[in-house]
Amino acid sequence: MTAMEPAVAAAFEEIRKRAKKRWQGKPGQTVILVGAATCGRAAGALEVLKTLRNEVKKHHLDCPVIEVGCQGHCYAEPLVTISKPGYPPICYGYVNPVIAEKLIQEFILGDNPCPEFALGAFGANDLVPSFADFPRAKYEKKIVLANCGHIDPTEIDHYIAGGGYAALARALKMNPQAIIDEIKRSGLRGRGGAGFPTGEKWQSGREARGQPKYVVGNADEGDPGAFMDRALLESDPHCVLEGMSIAGYAVGARYGYIYVRAEYPLAVERLQTALRQARESHLLGAHILGGHFSFDIRLFQGSGAFVCGEATALVASIEGHPGIPRLRPPRLTTRGLFGKPTVVNNVKTLASVPHIINHGAAWFAGTGTKESRGTAVFALAGKVVNTGLVEVPMGTTLRQIIYEVGGGIPKGKRFKAVQIGGPSGGCLPEAALDLPVDFDSLRAAGAMMGSGGMVVLDEDDCMVEIARYFLEFTQRESCGHCTFCRLGTKQMLELLTDFTFGKGKVEDIDRLKQLAEDVKDGSFCGLGRTAPNPILTTLRYFRNEYEEHITMGRCPALMCPHLIAYYILPDKCERSCDACVGTCTVEAISPNKKRIKVIDQEKCVKCGTCLKACPPQYNAVVKLSPPSEVPKT
Amino acid sequence: MKIRTRTAQPHAGRDNIGQATRWVLKGFKRERQHLIPILQKVQDTLGYLPRQAMTEIATYLDIPTIDVYGVATFYNQFRFNPPGRHSIRVCLGTACHMKGGYITLDAWKRRLNVNTGETTADGEFDLDTVACVGCCVMAPVTVIDKKPQARVEPTKVDGLLLAFENERKARGKSDSNGTGGSRRL
Repeated sequence: MTAMEPAVAAAFEEIRKRAKKRWQGKPGQTVILVGAATCGRAAGALEVLKTLRNEVKKHHLDCPVIEVGCQGHCYAEPLVTISKPGYPPICYGYVNPVIAEKLIQEFILGDNPCPEFALGAFGANDLVPSFADFPRAKYEKKIVLANCGHIDPTEIDHYIAGGGYAALARALKMNPQAIIDEIKRSGLRGRGGAGFPTGEKWQSGREARGQPKYVVGNADEGDPGAFMDRALLESDPHCVLEGMSIAGYAVGARYGYIYVRAEYPLAVERLQTALRQARESHLLGAHILGGHFSFDIRLFQGSGAFVCGEATALVASIEGHPGIPRLRPPRLTTRGLFGKPTVVNNVKTLASVPHIINHGAAWFAGTGTKESRGTAVFALAGKVVNTGLVEVPMGTTLRQIIYEVGGGIPKGKRFKAVQIGGPSGGCLPEAALDLPVDFDSLRAAGAMMGSGGMVVLDEDDCMVEIARYFLEFTQRESCGHCTFCRLGTKQMLELLTDFTFGKGKVEDIDRLKQLAEDVKDGSFCGLGRTAPNPILTTLRYFRNEYEEHITMGRCPALMCPHLIAYYILPDKCERSCDACVGTCTVEAISPNKKRIKVIDQEKCVKCGTCLKACPPQYNAVVKLSPPSEVPKT
Repeated sequence: MKIRTRTAQPHAGRDNIGQATRWVLKGFKRERQHLIPILQKVQDTLGYLPRQAMTEIATYLDIPTIDVYGVATFYNQFRFNPPGRHSIRVCLGTACHMKGGYITLDAWKRRLNVNTGETTADGEFDLDTVACVGCCVMAPVTVIDKKPQARVEPTKVDGLLLAFENERKARGKSDSNGTGGSRRL
């Protein structure tokens, strides 16, 4: 390979011109963007899209309606952004077909930007609050997610017009070693959770002997509660492909695989489109941009196994075997896919690469902390006001993420814990909220960055139950290869299940702790070694909840179904109201002679529908724990 | 009786399991690395992995049948009994669980009178769980026929089932050959 390929530069310039011409937009044209990633679709984005397209057609408007990905404001889905000349782009939240029609009538045909439906604007103005003035703007910094929700993920030219694939064109003119050096200088660490330095991984991949070499993009986001990779692939697939191609060039690989969960059908579809378009534009395949470098990417759909997030298991899965991890060394960079040198990177790591090549290592290293450079992407979910995707510089504290970016806990409830890193992570209490998020601080606290799921828990969430939930998951997902994980997770799950039934002895808590530590030390792969984390952290910070379950048969959070009972307070129940009777899903509620409603505890399945149905002016339904608290009639 | 297929393929039918499997196999080279994509495509065509299909695949790839079975049972995605007309997938991700996904799952089980991994006797619904569909902000989520439904609580379960019942009645009127028998809500 030569260091300079002038033909490549010329070829890319041609493509960029074509893309710019298509996407620069006509002067005076209004553009409508509709967020239609999976989360938007679940909230009804496709109906909104249809309404907008129909309206535009009906009024013969010259106004493209573009389907984009996720902006991260998932709490307000479906989102519609309208850029009308003379106004800053305005983003509308909670849009439904009626509001969509109104927006066309009032804002596009008329001149009223409907500030009552607006969420925020991308620019200062007198009508709508600007996103830059939101409290979260002070903490957020978008690098990986910069394009998400702003470009059409099904159009390669939209990506290129916004500066996409320039990094690949630039990289092809560089010496592969120079690229690796640049990545090393940037301090980029693997975004899959473990935080291995990316530059070093590429270096050993480059130095390894054997052909062909492979690059694998890991999007097997098996963590329940995490959706960053899904949002990224659905909103900006080309950014990942570009990063993979650069990785391929740097390590000297001929083929790439992108491993996506089959549970993400939209991400799979968007990637298939993106791969086809990249090939058509000669940005993928033989002789990329007419130069010497050839690289092609195949899509592999994972079949639903959490353990396949582990790189050696993932490789086994692509080879057509059960996803069982193998002993390392040899490292995958020496003996990986089909026995050849293989570099496996998380898709968020790969998506950071084009930005580093474009802006330089120093620019990237300027964000974050000394040991953890760049930004962290989190999927913020659970009991928090602004659920959605968050990208903040490494080193931002948990408190800033939850209260400033996430807007705090809804319904005036009290914060209890934050669960980070899914089944491999842990629950951190309020005292840990000032901890900065980076690879090393979280590990010291007993949690882990994981792939970036962050679930906020409030006073209504039981810590024993959440530990049981995660163990149920890891126990089911254990591949069965090593004894500690296979049997240890099972034993721990049984103990925890007993606790949630109010059974067990106080000594069992210490036995559980001992077992958890043994599994942590004795397991073969990351899944088993991290599986006890939810137990160890909840025991460390919330031991009193365990004790209460066992000694009093009481669930302090009123969550464990076997330790609670629903009860209707007779003095609060309104005789003329039948709301609970009608909604009860098992017909367990009936009025007594005085027309006061009574729950048949034998029939009750503890679904909580009556509690939600009881009008707030009465608030007669309560949860009691232990169930023996219910007065005998 | 014909097996209902999720994506209509001309060859799909109980008598034609072998034919449908061979139709899928034609698109793949005889290499072990294609095993999972083959299984996925067969399941996409037939809706599940019948024993006969797995045997055919093993012969085609020249590997022991137990290897095919081992891979198919290792991964959560594969199912071994015929699917219903509608698939119900209850998300049990962290956010969904903490917002009552397990209560929703109970409600589906109770209403459909099946366990997870099973199909209702009238072949109308199959119920299963999914680890996480990544729509955590819409928790608790149930994916119905591949479309995620937001905030599915026990009352919404009843509402969704009622919508299916109405749809079925409408179908029954326009098509007298439709599947008979009504299911009590």
